[in-house]
Amino acid sequence: MYFTTLSDALHMAGHGPYVWVSYAATLLVMFVLIWWPIKQRRQLIEQQQRIQRINASSQGNSSLKDQED
Amino acid sequence: MWTFFHKLGSPKWFYDISGKILLWLAPITALLLIVGAVWGLFYAPPDFKQGNSYRIIYIHVPVAVLSLSGYYLMAIAGAIHLIWRMKLADVAMRCAARMGAGLTFLALFTGAVWGKPTWGTYWVWDARITSELVLLFLYMGIIALYEAYDNKVAASRACAVLALVGTVNIPIIYKSVDWWYSLHQPATIKFTEKSTIDPSMFYPLLIMIIAFYCFYAVALMMHMRSEVLVSERKTRWVQEILEKQS
Repeated sequence: MYFTTLSDALHMAGHGPYVWVSYAATLLVMFVLIWWPIKQRRQLIEQQQRIQRINASSQGNSSLKDQED
Repeated sequence: MWTFFHKLGSPKWFYDISGKILLWLAPITALLLIVGAVWGLFYAPPDFKQGNSYRIIYIHVPVAVLSLSGYYLMAIAGAIHLIWRMKLADVAMRCAARMGAGLTFLALFTGAVWGKPTWGTYWVWDARITSELVLLFLYMGIIALYEAYDNKVAASRACAVLALVGTVNIPIIYKSVDWWYSLHQPATIKFTEKSTIDPSMFYPLLIMIIAFYCFYAVALMMHMRSEVLVSERKTRWVQEILEKQS
């Protein structure tokens, strides 16, 4: 370990803010890059469920109709 | 050889194999990133000239390297799509454009933040920085161009052509620090001669470069997998996967 105390490590002899802002921005962009496909997949699943519900309800209606006839 | 090539173009084959790869590559990537970042931030000695601000190198260099090699990947995928009309190559090209835009932005941002304590300014219109900014515009241009077309087949072809033309920028970025000597320091790691960096700083940097390459592979595969699911959503195998997960 190069730094002796935690505040030393955070301060980094005055360069702390620059270093931490860079690392925070990197973490944020990496998070967005990972989260994007997860969100896309979730939306697709929801969309498919909606389509299935619509199909199921329209099939239900048509079978009712059949019985009426 | 040709059966392998056809397999490679099959979205289902890609989806299955990438799922298996991600299972072990994702944990390795996380581990490498943590080890490299902790080593670089807390254990590596400070630079004798730049002090602690140089610790930004552990992210700046990996993301900058990837912003360039990611462009090659995107352009090659574009060429494969143009020549063989391979669907998966088109997906790879579009996903690589997103990844590239994110990483190029980071390279510019971390570079600007690093520039303030080191050069005294956030921004200079230096050859390396300007050409990297052009790279960001190329990535964003490809994303925007694809969205601008209603006909996605034509959109993919136009994007592939733009990606290939933009390749001319890559060697310019790479060589800019040697051709136009300015504020940006020359490359730290050299393949042909001795690197100008002490081993105690070099090992964490090497780990971070490997870690970011792994991260790129992981994130790109995740993007491609969800894009494949979207474009193949009407097929039976995708329907089965979606039913299992819902």
